[in-house]
Amino acid sequence: MAGSPVQVTGTVLTTRRVEAYHALTVVAPAVADRFRPGHFVTVGVGGPYTSMLTRRAFAIHDVKPDYGGTVEFVFSVRGPGTAWLADRRARDTLDLVGPLGRPFPLPRDPCTCVLVGGEYGSASLFVLADVLQRRGCRVDFVLGASSADRVFGALRARRMGETTTLTTVDGSLGMRGEVTDVLAGVIADARADVVYACGPMAMLRGVTAVCVEFGIPAQVSVEQSMACGVGICMTCVVPVIDEDGVTRMVRACTDGPVFLGERVRFDDVGTIPFDALGAPGGRHG
Amino acid sequence: MAVDLRSYLGHVELPNPVLTASGCGGTGRELAQFFDVTRIGAFVTRSITMSPRAGRPTPRMAETPSGMLSAVGLQGPGVEVFAERELSWLAQRGVRTIVSIGGGSVAEYTALARRLADAPGITAVEVNLSCPNVEDRGRVFARDGSAAAEVVASVRAATRYDVPVIAKLAPDVADVVSLARLCVDGGADGLSMINAPLGMSVDVDTMRPSLAAGTGGLSGPAIKPLAVRCVWQVHAALPGVPIVGMGGVMTGRDALELVLAGACAVAVGTALFHDPYACQRILRELEELLQARGFDRLADAVGLAHRPAGAGPRNRIELEESSL
Repeated sequence: MAGSPVQVTGTVLTTRRVEAYHALTVVAPAVADRFRPGHFVTVGVGGPYTSMLTRRAFAIHDVKPDYGGTVEFVFSVRGPGTAWLADRRARDTLDLVGPLGRPFPLPRDPCTCVLVGGEYGSASLFVLADVLQRRGCRVDFVLGASSADRVFGALRARRMGETTTLTTVDGSLGMRGEVTDVLAGVIADARADVVYACGPMAMLRGVTAVCVEFGIPAQVSVEQSMACGVGICMTCVVPVIDEDGVTRMVRACTDGPVFLGERVRFDDVGTIPFDALGAPGGRHG
Repeated sequence: MAVDLRSYLGHVELPNPVLTASGCGGTGRELAQFFDVTRIGAFVTRSITMSPRAGRPTPRMAETPSGMLSAVGLQGPGVEVFAERELSWLAQRGVRTIVSIGGGSVAEYTALARRLADAPGITAVEVNLSCPNVEDRGRVFARDGSAAAEVVASVRAATRYDVPVIAKLAPDVADVVSLARLCVDGGADGLSMINAPLGMSVDVDTMRPSLAAGTGGLSGPAIKPLAVRCVWQVHAALPGVPIVGMGGVMTGRDALELVLAGACAVAVGTALFHDPYACQRILRELEELLQARGFDRLADAVGLAHRPAGAGPRNRIELEESSL
């Protein structure tokens, strides 16, 4: 399997602060070699005798050929695990497993793509934009967050995108509001064929709703808390309508994290829909 | 010299004592990406139910100090799809497979055992007794010794004679020894312990339970002392019954601790979430530890902690011309 994941002990090459976030670059040639846009890595936190057993999952932001291959991921400090990660310095080692998940599907022919990122979800979009542009696609960006310092990669988006639209809830950067408020206009102006989105679940739901109105596909990368990232802990499930029309609770880590937006039952995330396969008192077989 | 790591569950020989714990190894395919699953003692499946189950809503997992709470709710495809797609895949590759079964009534366990009786490639059947009994207002079977024994007896009767039946016990019961004894009297060929005891955490930011289900099974090193205690007590009371020890095994030292307390095999669970190579690493570490302590055979270490204080390691009979 070309994309089969590996576990590596990588050396931290650089650490940096990006606005409100942290970014770590780790030397991990085996992960970098197998990388496709949309993949993620999991990181063991707390060192060898850690009391934090669950791995932390992060979308891969960038891969570079330096030192045989490096991967960079972006995170915000949310608890003791990510605080430990934020304290890593160059030459520390990190336990990485990756690349994991199903990457973004790419269009066969050149087309116009709108890439939507919420908070640091935009981190995974730039390598995607790069691959799309090399295939002759037009790329437009829509990035949003609660405030200016939480918009990730606005500069890079401006450099890469045909157009870049920024939104913040408090109006400190770009338009005041959410990405979904401006998305319809961007899709119409660019005559977009497909939308790629990564960010909080509520944003993905809004993006999918806009795309459904335009009748274009939305490829969304969902964020769901997980313990293992490799498909064995069964904790990251989302209700997704399968090709046969049946809703199944599928794992975001191995069946996703990228799904076709219209297949994800966003309204039912955090529940077991009554008509899901195997739901209590519902459909059996 | 290499240590003889063979382990016996009833009459079934396993080449080594390291297993996956039920519900922690997926379908086997996920772990096969990282290592050869045929190399471990046996692969234990998640608990298989009669019908497909969607499981519990998310969040299903919460990290706790040195452990995690999880409430997956036995999500699975049901026994038919399991036998067709998952068991056949394992059997084709020659993976020694212990199928865990879970049901809501004695009849469901029996039906599962009967359905699996003719399926090829089953090394043993593990009976997950921590399922709620729908006929007893949802009280789990493990909390009611007679119901547990009834389940074990009916599964034993429906399973082929050469396939051992292992009863999986939970530690949060009034008396684990009497539960174990009832299960053995009911026909269990072996016992595995411990299933994850119930725990709970409350998110102080949202001021709601961390898990959608409220409570969840606590696993990881946090429960290792509970596991050692249960294995110790049951081995003391029933020294002839093979015990698969589990609960917070992260290293070879943890595995050896359970072996010394009386387990003849050890299952690795939550450690796999942290380190997909955990089974092989633990096996290697266990072998090194046994070697460093002068053991030729794993079997000589089983239950060794029960010897009287002050006594040296159990005298091993040196057979000059052994037929073994």
